[in-house]
Amino acid sequence: MDATVLLAAATDFTGKFGSPDQGDLVWARETQAMSFIFHIPLVCFGIAFPATVLFMEGLWLRTGDPVYKALAKRWSKVMLILFAVGVVTGTILSFELGLLWPNFMATFGDVFGLAFGLEGFSFFIEAIFIAIYVYGWDRLPAKTHLLVGLPIVITGITGSLTVIAVNGWMNNPVGFDVVNGAVTNVHPWSALFNDYFAHELAHMYMAGYMVVGFTVAGVYAVQWLKGNRSKYVRAGMIVPLTIACLASPVQVILGDWAGRTVADKQPVKLATFEGLAQTTKGAPFHFLGWYDKSDQEVNGAIEIPYLLSILAYHNPDATVQGLDSVPPDDRPGPVNIVRFAFQGMISIGTLLALAGVFYALVWVRKRRLPRTKWFYRLVVVAGPLAIVALICGWVTTEVGRQPWIAYGLMRVEDAVTGAEGLPAVFAVVAAVYLTLAGTVFWLLRRLARRPPDVEVGTPVGAD
Amino acid sequence: MAEVCLGLALLALTAYAVLGGADLGAGFWDLTAGGDRRGGRVRGMIQRSMSPVWEANHVWLIFLLVVLWTAFPVFFGSIMSTLYVPLFGAALGIIFRGTAFAVRGQAATINEARVFGAVFATSSVLVPFFFGTVVGAIASGQVPVGNALGAPMDSWLNPTSILIGVLAVVSCAYISAVYLAADAAAADLPDMVEAFRRRALGAGVVAGAVAIGGLAVVHSDARSLYDGLTSGGGLVFVIASAVIGVVTLALVWTRRLAVARFTSAAAVVCITVGWAFAQSPDLLPGELTLDEAAAGDATLTALLISVGVGLCVLVPSLVYLYRLVLKGTLQQQFEPLDQRFRPLTASDEPPPTDLPKP
Repeated sequence: MDATVLLAAATDFTGKFGSPDQGDLVWARETQAMSFIFHIPLVCFGIAFPATVLFMEGLWLRTGDPVYKALAKRWSKVMLILFAVGVVTGTILSFELGLLWPNFMATFGDVFGLAFGLEGFSFFIEAIFIAIYVYGWDRLPAKTHLLVGLPIVITGITGSLTVIAVNGWMNNPVGFDVVNGAVTNVHPWSALFNDYFAHELAHMYMAGYMVVGFTVAGVYAVQWLKGNRSKYVRAGMIVPLTIACLASPVQVILGDWAGRTVADKQPVKLATFEGLAQTTKGAPFHFLGWYDKSDQEVNGAIEIPYLLSILAYHNPDATVQGLDSVPPDDRPGPVNIVRFAFQGMISIGTLLALAGVFYALVWVRKRRLPRTKWFYRLVVVAGPLAIVALICGWVTTEVGRQPWIAYGLMRVEDAVTGAEGLPAVFAVVAAVYLTLAGTVFWLLRRLARRPPDVEVGTPVGAD
Repeated sequence: MAEVCLGLALLALTAYAVLGGADLGAGFWDLTAGGDRRGGRVRGMIQRSMSPVWEANHVWLIFLLVVLWTAFPVFFGSIMSTLYVPLFGAALGIIFRGTAFAVRGQAATINEARVFGAVFATSSVLVPFFFGTVVGAIASGQVPVGNALGAPMDSWLNPTSILIGVLAVVSCAYISAVYLAADAAAADLPDMVEAFRRRALGAGVVAGAVAIGGLAVVHSDARSLYDGLTSGGGLVFVIASAVIGVVTLALVWTRRLAVARFTSAAAVVCITVGWAFAQSPDLLPGELTLDEAAAGDATLTALLISVGVGLCVLVPSLVYLYRLVLKGTLQQQFEPLDQRFRPLTASDEPPPTDLPKP
């Protein structure tokens, strides 16, 4: 049996419920995508914010300066609000897995479900200790209070770890066999630790620290630019900014690792990043421009010779597999969405990495903060930019995974529900998320406007 | 092993029905508390009791979903695709309830508190209703195996499902009143103890009446469920639940509220176990047995191992949380919800000197 026959055999796989009759697949996908886009920035705060808050509280315990306590306490309230919104949006996601993709869950729930079980426990313990931490200010002894923060840091990591493992599995479905169209011989632990697990995890973690660091620092950078040089603003900006500036150059290295794994395991996805129609030796990279499906080439782009081969294999002469290596039905449809998402991610990532290097250089050489206002203007927009890069990254990998829900095995169109009314579901969910986003933004602004003195009961000199 | 996993799912369901249900029921009392000033104290009590625990209580639902899709994937896929309307409704209710509750805690004017309070309270009533109809649809055999093969509306808009939906709302209100009365007793707020004790007695009587009257509905509408509930193990647990329910009412009547917490939970345990017996050996009556639905042994073993390890961490954490809560360490200072808006200078962040000492 040659490779094409094998692939054809695999594409006949339609899971336990068979192929559904669903004309509105695109709305199921858009609903799911929208829900993730809303939830993922909150995940970043789950990953990276607790450690940042605890660091600030640790500074307070070491120095006794109420400024640090006011910041830590204020941030812990933000953490609780974002966690509450993360709880409800995360619940919606678990519902959507079943409501939108019942055949996927019925067929593979027993393969990757375990990861969500571990996530459930992490989430549970996180909810418990976040409540104790936030409501325990001034009521628990100071050191106990710091200690009850530690489980939040750990579970923030383990919780997202397991969900990322499932996404890794969708891209690299392992830990089972398909015999006569049925999933058998399930090894849930091998499914959990698939080949995509490690790099997706590392890449997402660093993204979490970048998003949180730049977003929080940006809030105080606004004050800084207005001329407020109080210790409160200074500490509120420097701590998260330093974290983000250390993370962003590291992210470039991790991104390179992720890219090379994709080149190795999902060459068609990599070809989509570039819009590479034919398998090419020494492949170039096209910045901007538009991939034309009928011409099968990228028009109006800035061509950088050999760059794709270098990015994918660290070798300018390497051969990069093109979209033509698989039948048209097995290629991702929206090539340009993936291209722009990929280019958006790496452009923003590079910019933020340069900002991080600049900040570190100024610090190492002059032992002071950068003086140019442009740096702080960049910090103000860096948070939103980092969130855009984060979403671009997920669009790159998830739209690049199409048309598969379990890569190379089960198609998204076979996984979807047979139920009606998906456009209406999309409209309702969109309205809900818009309301939710508006409410959260309004609430956080409200919190930020309160003078920090209320957190500690003594003036901390914010102005 | 499938039985053990079903036991886990029932444990999660019961914990959510009791703990999550108490929070959802609080929404019912919030909704019916009356105007700003008259309902201020009741709402303040609800805000104070729920704040530190509602998120942890809610996670039982996630846990239930996870156990179902891992251990019984075909069952999960079938109910999610056929019962998508009530489940989607419940999911929306969960979003609005959680967010509105969190936001109301930060409200700065009485108007904000009113708007978010209304959203919180209304969605808190809808969530148990929708989940109740889902249980009713499963129990009365409305869900076939497959991708959205059942009737999208009739599967859950039928007498049995609606009955169980209503029963869920009333039971949540009942448990909630018992818990709030016990919290009020611990916080030494005698007027709140009386307010919620009265509500508990009222809701308890209504819940009992709906349950008994409902048997007639189930008899005519879902005969096999009726037979399951009135014979063998099903009957034993239904009777046990009724007896414990009456005992709970007596405990509330005689103001033994701390004990009533546990007996009201025990009544819910009996009902879920009774339901399992009534349907045994089927998960989807007439369509799918427990053994057919169960995932392979490797998956079930892995699930049980991870749940076992997880419980070793979770249980001490939960004990710590509830101990701190019951000791009052984490409680917000009690304040009628409308009061902080009355004097314009009042801040919702009392200075640390006013806080109870740890």
